[in-house]
Amino acid sequence: MKLNRTEYRSLYQKASPSSPSLRNVPAAFVTGGAICALGQALKTLFLQAGLTEQSAAAAVSCALIFLGVALTAARLFEKLAKWAGAGTLVPITGFANAIAAPAMEFKTEGFVLGTCVKMFSIAGPVLTFGISASVLYGLILWLAGGAA
Amino acid sequence: MRRRGDTVFFDEPVWVESCAAVGGKKEGEGPLGARFDEIGPDNRFGQKTWEKAEKRMAELACTHALSKADVSPAAVTCALGGDLLNQCISSAFAMRGLGVPYLGLYGACSTMAEGLLLGAALISGGFADRTLCLASSHFCSAERQYRYPLEYGGQRPPSAQWTATACGAVLLRREKTKIAVTAATAGRIYDPGVTDSANMGAAMAQSAYETLRIYFRDSGTSPGDYDLILTGDLATVGHGLVRQLFAADGRPLGENYRDCGMLLYGPEQDVHAGASGCGCSAAVLCADVLPALAAGRLKTVLFCGTGALMSPTSANQGESIPGICHLVRLEGGR
Repeated sequence: MKLNRTEYRSLYQKASPSSPSLRNVPAAFVTGGAICALGQALKTLFLQAGLTEQSAAAAVSCALIFLGVALTAARLFEKLAKWAGAGTLVPITGFANAIAAPAMEFKTEGFVLGTCVKMFSIAGPVLTFGISASVLYGLILWLAGGAA
Repeated sequence: MRRRGDTVFFDEPVWVESCAAVGGKKEGEGPLGARFDEIGPDNRFGQKTWEKAEKRMAELACTHALSKADVSPAAVTCALGGDLLNQCISSAFAMRGLGVPYLGLYGACSTMAEGLLLGAALISGGFADRTLCLASSHFCSAERQYRYPLEYGGQRPPSAQWTATACGAVLLRREKTKIAVTAATAGRIYDPGVTDSANMGAAMAQSAYETLRIYFRDSGTSPGDYDLILTGDLATVGHGLVRQLFAADGRPLGENYRDCGMLLYGPEQDVHAGASGCGCSAAVLCADVLPALAAGRLKTVLFCGTGALMSPTSANQGESIPGICHLVRLEGGR
């Protein structure tokens, strides 16, 4: 049978199973929600310990990043992510994992050319956009502040 | 040797002297686990890097195949091997110690079929007396090259395939044994426009269909004439598509049509659509199909290696995936 690309595409798209969203979405919701709840609990703790609102928020980020890296190093993150999907990937724990995983993986190519070069290979875009947006925001704030 | 269309018929057959399969831990736990010549308990094969582990696995497969035939490397005229890693380092590095004339191949998952086709042609044409065909892949070395680090939490879609940690080696020779290579069809590239590298089965299914169609035309045979038609590795998506394409032609494939990507792992092993990688079809062939041919449980087999010939660079540039399928006819119980 001769099929053109459009006909073949509709054939293989029908044949390819789609992700089981009925299972994936609740799992991601529960895990992502649990991580956020943990973050909130940590923030309350840090505030009670006397940290300012701004310092407490930064400390929560640090704590969750540390948790993500520790779970990755213990080779547990991937097992959790297998179940939770986007639930672990979207919060800041996913960012930590995206840096720690290549850093571990490419250790075999050396500390500089392996770990240091490759550790931003997945999270690089997040940093690029994050830093660019911060600079832009700072510039706008400075200009607006200057005008006022 | 005769040629009709794209198919070469070896009137004086080339013979399979021995074969060996080596696999990793997960492959050892699969339905073919007990039939491997050796299983690496931890996928590392005693090595420090995944690339070295894959090279070690290839060395072991060669050693097993040579010792089962009771021949020394010096008796091999030429080795034909390939793998998935950049510059085919697993095969080339495995050859460092063997000291055999070596021709490197890249056919992605079709490498074993490509090696058998070329190895048989070299013997049939009088260029070699004994050839060693080799194909390997390793899940961990392939992941870091093609996809993501092992500990990264990103998930793959259900159409994705699991690269097998496995290697197969086949020795071919001129003198008669129990298994003959009697025909081969070199495949053409077909690109049906699939750009999703997590759906390689769809990218390769058309190639498998076309090569089989061309072979049936050249040989004047039909699917029912064979005990086993084995593609590798289309997995569930591609296997289903090949069935649909033949059914639309009005000659549906029967129960004798199987795919290596669906045979290496069990349903509980969580490999999504099935297995892939050069080592998958090579290991299924060496662990299961060739022994069955030698024992006479199978008489005629079409072994059709399918390859998705993309790279991470071409995928990032939005290129669609060219597929290929090489076919080798094997006859057993002689």
